[in-house]
Amino acid sequence: MLYIPQVLFILLALASILFFSSNARKIRQNILAGRDEPIHNEKGKRWRNVLLLAFGQKKMFKNPLVAVMHFVVYAGFVIINIEVLEIALDGVLGTHRLFFKPLGNVYLWLINSFEFLAVGVLIFCAIFLLRRNVIKVKRLWSKDLDGWPRSDANYILITEIILMSLFLTMNASDTILQSRGVGHYGEAVTGNFLFSSFLHPLLDGMSNSSLIFTERFCWWLHIFGIFAFLNYLPYSKHLHILLAFPNAWYARLDPQGKMNNMPEIQQEVLYAMQPELIPAENTEEGHKKFGAKDTMDLSWKNLLDAYSCTECGRCTAACPANLTGKLLSPRMIMMKTRDRAEIVGKNIRTNKTFIDDGKSLLHDFITPEELRACTSCNACVEACPVSINPLDIIFQLRRYLIMEESNAPAEWNNMFSSIENNFSPWKLPPDERDKWALEMDT
Amino acid sequence: MHIPTMAEMAAAGESPEILFWVGCAGSFDQRAQKITKAFAAILTRVGIKFAILGKEESCNGDPARRAGNEFLFQMMAYNNIQILNGYGIKKMVTACPHCFNIFKNEYPALGGNYEVIHHAVFLQQLIDDGKIKMKEEGVFKGKKITYHDSCYLGRANHIYEAPRKVLQALDAALVEMKRCGSNGLCCGAGGAQMFKEDEPGNERINIERTDEALSLHPDIVAAACPFCNTMLTDGVKNREKENEVQVLDIAELIERDMA
Repeated sequence: MLYIPQVLFILLALASILFFSSNARKIRQNILAGRDEPIHNEKGKRWRNVLLLAFGQKKMFKNPLVAVMHFVVYAGFVIINIEVLEIALDGVLGTHRLFFKPLGNVYLWLINSFEFLAVGVLIFCAIFLLRRNVIKVKRLWSKDLDGWPRSDANYILITEIILMSLFLTMNASDTILQSRGVGHYGEAVTGNFLFSSFLHPLLDGMSNSSLIFTERFCWWLHIFGIFAFLNYLPYSKHLHILLAFPNAWYARLDPQGKMNNMPEIQQEVLYAMQPELIPAENTEEGHKKFGAKDTMDLSWKNLLDAYSCTECGRCTAACPANLTGKLLSPRMIMMKTRDRAEIVGKNIRTNKTFIDDGKSLLHDFITPEELRACTSCNACVEACPVSINPLDIIFQLRRYLIMEESNAPAEWNNMFSSIENNFSPWKLPPDERDKWALEMDT
Repeated sequence: MHIPTMAEMAAAGESPEILFWVGCAGSFDQRAQKITKAFAAILTRVGIKFAILGKEESCNGDPARRAGNEFLFQMMAYNNIQILNGYGIKKMVTACPHCFNIFKNEYPALGGNYEVIHHAVFLQQLIDDGKIKMKEEGVFKGKKITYHDSCYLGRANHIYEAPRKVLQALDAALVEMKRCGSNGLCCGAGGAQMFKEDEPGNERINIERTDEALSLHPDIVAAACPFCNTMLTDGVKNREKENEVQVLDIAELIERDMA
C-alpha cells in the first residue's frame, strides 16, 4: 500500500516521457522530410546567436516592456522547474522536501525565489491573457489566429497560471501543516515562505486532513500538469520554447539581402550560352523540379522554422503588404507550411513513402496572390525573435510558379521580355541607355 | 562635362579608378536620370577617374530573380559578368541599392567578384576625407529632412549610418520617422512590385509610407534608391503636397550644396 503513490508516479513519468519522445521523433521526421541543406559553417557565430537570440531573447527587446514580461515568464518557468527535480525525486523515493536537510538555508532562499518567480509568471501570464482577449493587441487578435491557434495560446497561459497557483497553494498548506506539527510535515520545518504565506488566511480554517488532501492534491496536479504540458508542446505553437534554440543555431548568417543561388539553373544557362560545353554523352538525370511546390521541396531549415513559430505575429505586424490590406501574412506562410508538413509527415508514416494526396503547399495552402504581394523587404525576417525566414519560402514558391507553371501576371511577363530583348525592365530602346551622359556632354 | 565609357578608356589604354554602374532606373527613368547626373557631376568635380559601361550595361536581373525567374536572372548575370570581367573591373559604385545588393551578395556565386560600394557609403567617404566640401551658407540650412531607409540598403545590408552621415553634412535638421532603421517601412517597389499593379488591398504601400513621412511636415524626404524615390514622389503627388515637399536623392542634395 505504502508504495502505491511511488509506483503511480514512476508509471506516470515513464508514460509521459515515452509519449513525448514518440511525438518528438515524428516532428523530427516531418522536418527532415524537407530537402537537405548542409548548415554547419562558422560555429562561433552560431553559438553567439544561440546565446543572444535564444537565451538572451535579444530581438524581443525591440519592445522592452513586453520583453521583460516574456523574459520573466520564460526564466521563471525554466527556473521553477528545478523544483520539479525535487518533486520527481520525492515522487520516486516517497520522501518529502528531500533537498531541505542537505541544503538548509540555501533551500529556503531557493524556494523563496521560486515563489517570487511564480508570482511574476502568474501576474504576467494574466497580463498576456488580457492583451490577447481584452486589450486585443492587433497582431494577437488578428483573424490569422481564428480557431485552434487562438485557443492554443489561451490554454497555455491558463495552464501556466494554474501550475503556478498549485505550486503556491502546495507550499501554503505545507507550511501550515508544519506549524501544526502534523506527521512528516512536522519533520521538515522550513518555516513560512515569502509569498505562499499570503494564502494562509484562506487555508487556516481547514482541518489537518483537508490540508493534507489539499497539499497532496496540489502536488499531484502540479506534477501531472507539468507532464501534460510537456506532452501538449508537440501539438502546440508553444514548441518554440524548445525549438528556438536549434533554430537560432541554424539561422542564416548571410546578409538578409542575399537570395540563395540555384546551381542547377547555372548549369542550364551555361549550356545555353556555350552549347559546346554540353557533354557528348547524354547524362541527363531527368527533369529536376525548379523551386518549391510542396513542403518536401523546401529545405529542412524552412520546416524547422515552421515548427519554431509561436505565431506571435511580429512578422505580419511589420509586413508592408499586410499593413495595407493585402492577403499576404508572413505568419500564415509559416503556419500553413507547418500544417502541410504535418500532413506530409503523416502520409509518409502511413504509406512508408509519400503518396500523392492531390494537394500541395502551393495553391492548396498558399495562394499565388499571397506570394505576389511580397516586396521582399525583409521586415518579417528582421522582426522574428526566433530567426524564422518566411521570405526564403516565398521566394522558393515564386520560383516554382514562374519556372514550372509559367504563372505570372501579364505585367511581369512584359518585364521579363523587356529584360530579355531590351536589357532593361522597360520597353525602351537599349541605345538610349547612355542618353543622360550625352546630355551632360553639352 | 564628358562621361567616359569603358570602351573609350580601354581604347585609350587607360583604366578607371572605379566603374559607375548606373542601373536601369538611373539610365532610363526620367526622374532617376537626374540622380545619375547629380552623382556623375559629383564624381567629376571631386576628380575621380570613373567610367560607365554605357550601351554595354544591361539589367543585372534583380527584378527577374525576385519575381522567380531564376533562368532569366542567370542569363543576365552571365552576360554582365562576361563584360565586367572582360574589362577587368575590380571596383564599382552604384546609386541603386538593388544593383548594389545583387553585385555584392549574389554575383560572387556565379563568378562575378567585385568590390561594390553604394553611393551612400561612397559619398560619406568623400565627405569624411574632405574631398567634398559644402557651402558655407548651405541652401538646406534650417530645412527639415527625413530619411527613408531603402530595404535593400538597410535591412538587406545593414547600411543605416552612411546615408544619415551624408545628410548631416547639409547642416539641415534631420528628423526620423517612427519606422526607421531596421524597422523601416518598405516603399512598396521591391521584389519586382515596381513592375506590376499592387495585389488587392485597401491602400498602396507607397501611400502608407508617404503619409508617415508627411506627418513630420518635412521640407524634404531624402532617399538613397531610385525606386524608393519614384514611389515616394508618386505618394507626395497623390497627397498633393508636391509644392511643399520635395523627394530628393542624397546625391542630389549633396550636389546642390557642394562648395
